Amino acid sequence: MAEKKSTPEFVVNDFSITVGTVNGSGSQTANLTLMRAIFKMGIPVSGKNIFPSNIQGLPTWYTIRVNKNGYLARSETTEVVVAMNPVSFADDLDKLSPGGLFLYADHIRQEVHRNDVIVCEMPVKKLVREADAPRNLRDYIANMVYVGVLAHLLNIDVEKLQEALSFHFGGKEKPIKLNMNVVEKAIQWAAENFDQTSPYCVEPMAGTEGYIMAKGNTAGALGAIYGGLQFTAWYPITPATGLPEALIKYRPLVQKDEGTGRYKYAVVQAEDELAAVGMVVGAGWAGLRSVTATSGPGMSLMGEYVSLAYFAEIPIVIWDVQRMGPSTGLPTRTSQGDINLTYYLGQGDTRHPVFFPGSVHECFEFGWKSIDLAEQIQAPVFVLIDLDMGMNQWMTPAFKYPDTPIKRSKILWEEDLENLDWEWGRYLDKDGDGIPYRTVPGNTHPKSAYFTRGTGHDEYAKYSEDPETWAANLERLGKKFELTRTMVPEPEIHFRDGAEIGIIAFGSTTFAVDEACDYLETDGVPVDYLRLRALPINEDVKEFIRNHKRVYVVEMNRDGQMCDILALEVLDQATKLISLTYNTGLQLTATWVQNAILGKEMK
Amino acid sequence: MTAKNVKLNAIGLSKEAYSGAPSTLCKGCGHNAIVNQMIEACYEESIPPEKIVKFSGIGCSSKAPTYFLSRSFGFNGLHGRMPSLATGALFADSSLIGIGMSGDGDSVSIGMGQFKHVMRRNLPLVYIIANNGVYGLTKGQMSATAEEGLALKNQGQNMYMPIDIVWEALVGQASFVARGFSGDPKQLKGLFKAALHHRGTAVIDVISPCVTFNNRDDTLQSYAWGKSHEVALHELSFVPAAEDIKVEYGKGQTAKVDLHDGTHIILKKLRQDYEPKDRGAALQLLEEANRKQELVTGLIYIDPNQKTIFDIDYLPPSKLNRVPDEKLRPTRASLDDINAMMF
Repeated sequence: MAEKKSTPEFVVNDFSITVGTVNGSGSQTANLTLMRAIFKMGIPVSGKNIFPSNIQGLPTWYTIRVNKNGYLARSETTEVVVAMNPVSFADDLDKLSPGGLFLYADHIRQEVHRNDVIVCEMPVKKLVREADAPRNLRDYIANMVYVGVLAHLLNIDVEKLQEALSFHFGGKEKPIKLNMNVVEKAIQWAAENFDQTSPYCVEPMAGTEGYIMAKGNTAGALGAIYGGLQFTAWYPITPATGLPEALIKYRPLVQKDEGTGRYKYAVVQAEDELAAVGMVVGAGWAGLRSVTATSGPGMSLMGEYVSLAYFAEIPIVIWDVQRMGPSTGLPTRTSQGDINLTYYLGQGDTRHPVFFPGSVHECFEFGWKSIDLAEQIQAPVFVLIDLDMGMNQWMTPAFKYPDTPIKRSKILWEEDLENLDWEWGRYLDKDGDGIPYRTVPGNTHPKSAYFTRGTGHDEYAKYSEDPETWAANLERLGKKFELTRTMVPEPEIHFRDGAEIGIIAFGSTTFAVDEACDYLETDGVPVDYLRLRALPINEDVKEFIRNHKRVYVVEMNRDGQMCDILALEVLDQATKLISLTYNTGLQLTATWVQNAILGKEMK
Repeated sequence: MTAKNVKLNAIGLSKEAYSGAPSTLCKGCGHNAIVNQMIEACYEESIPPEKIVKFSGIGCSSKAPTYFLSRSFGFNGLHGRMPSLATGALFADSSLIGIGMSGDGDSVSIGMGQFKHVMRRNLPLVYIIANNGVYGLTKGQMSATAEEGLALKNQGQNMYMPIDIVWEALVGQASFVARGFSGDPKQLKGLFKAALHHRGTAVIDVISPCVTFNNRDDTLQSYAWGKSHEVALHELSFVPAAEDIKVEYGKGQTAKVDLHDGTHIILKKLRQDYEPKDRGAALQLLEEANRKQELVTGLIYIDPNQKTIFDIDYLPPSKLNRVPDEKLRPTRASLDDINAMMF
């Protein structure tokens, strides 16, 4: 490997790589290997898969951003492009920044019409043949050629590549060797045949200590498991499927009963989302800690049972891994468009707590906290993430073991009922906090049973159409909801010196917003940033809005759904709120936020 | 306190302990017979009411669980979506006996999907479908089981083919398929007892006339038509596990079905030879009965050994909803392992 020094002509640990391939061509292995190797070199890195709603054949892109400052959001510029797909070749070339590095496979017989970039034509097929790859795997393994060429040009540690491949293939020697062969052939070819120097390179640093790489869906599933999950029913839908699949994957590892070796939580693949939520409601009603995961279309189908669960006071947790709607929309693109849908889901007066994890490790944390809250308030609780957070691999602090014991409903078992000095009623507000006591099936006390219904009921769960009883019950449910303002995760606020304006954002956009705040400070427009972590909001959010001249609410939907919700909460301050929405299906970028705010502030 | 002359069952409960709120269904509604026979069956089988959980969807049929077993937990869920509710709930404690109460409007229109899927999973559940061919609670619209040509006030004539619930259950791989008739309460009780002891989904299609909207003597779901066209397959009796079979039947005249919990069903032959263990024969029987315009009732199909959802999903035999919190959360060390696995 050529010796390189971090002299000023090199851009070190600060660039993006975009790989354009054909969907289904096996490029994931190559891309993840690159990203993981860079991560293992201690360099902050993020990877984003931009893929079509298709299994095989359409163009797909993977972007890897290497950034020494730890910026993990998508970058709007790309300094390295790898073109493996003739269909997107011309566009991919156009995307490249001037002075950038353009690698392409030699089977693409198209003209490279730019002369402001460094071009490397890779003899992909030849190298794969020389590496002795079996014929049926050649197309898949071809992607390892660009891994090798990039390793040479960018100075990526070969040992780390080997480590990444070994992880990817679970230590299986044969595929590791097969892939490494191609990587090594490609490195050798680049060293011998490519005489230009790359202006970009990586250099080991200590920026990833204490971090792991994981997807939000995996983290959410694990969080639920450490929250004492007992039941899941689900139905396949992109981009949420990874969450229940992780529950299946980790079940044999962590939730085995010591005595019997059997599992401690059930995972049922339902016939549709109507049934998935029905099962979860049944399980929650019967005392199991129950979770399901879906995306917008499934969420719509679940609405009626959620309304019933709210009214009948049944603890359930629903993850909505958002994709772009309305309708089938852009099923493989990201969005924050289900805020209104989930916050208000149901017929009649319904409102639900909604958690917004802002990172993968927070998906883990909210995974268990959401179950605790649902149990405590005996109601549906939502966790909203998006495709970007759920399906992409992120570097994130290692998962932290829950720091509070499992929280339970006010459940009365046989001896509790036996020793009660008051007459229990399922919907009787004994404690004055709006939260009644419940019993669950299996309780053998003759007074334990009650009839659960979606129709009007009194404090003793008896059918009632009495106007006062109805109104009082709904008031109590409203009171219970108000109580959650102090129970949901509080916002996180980052102040900057001299800031007069603020930003409110949440979820996966937080990375772009954090980065934008740095840029804005340099631009002379310091902003305070409130990262909202849940609805309903608490006093801190109101105070933040009160204490700033203008507050920009940044979100990924058309109508500024969160901005609307906040405006209703702080009516007297509502004119201070300015909605900034990015609604393309791609991940938000820091430069977009920066420009949007400068555009408003510099008027 | 129980008066001296009140009869008690083997666990010391009177029939009163199995009762529910007074029925608000129409006088003469077929569903009342279902309610009464369910009370009888549970009382006679000495099942503790707390061992039973009731589920229902939406409609007249689904209101019925309020009228029996008020000492049992119950959940009146959503239209057509009782099976999913029962599936989730019974995972909490698989020692409980689930009774699902549904109707033709509930189970074979919006509910067709869940009806079919609960059978293929073989969830242990007594699944009663009170079948009257009409939507009663919305005042007399056609249901999907209404016969072709049925004329209803304000609705005109039904021009579509009806869905046969028993047929659907058979091809849906239900492990217990029966048909009863509200006008034949004795048989109904026997079927309920057998179903309560069956381990798996026990579908019972009960022709249960709607006296208000669909009970003209010439319509297929009326009392009069049922009474004159019913062909009971057998005289069904149920033998608890503890009792030896003492009753002597003529050779070749009876069939015995052993259930999972050691109990038995004795089927005494009536008009024809029929053994309810052959799905193909069951389908043929139905086809012929339809041609001859007969209402075949009785136990039409049973497989007591089909695996249930609880056998398939590898769960601990204990009551899941009583697992203490400290056993639910995996250890701190296991999370360290997981973090290490994450690259």
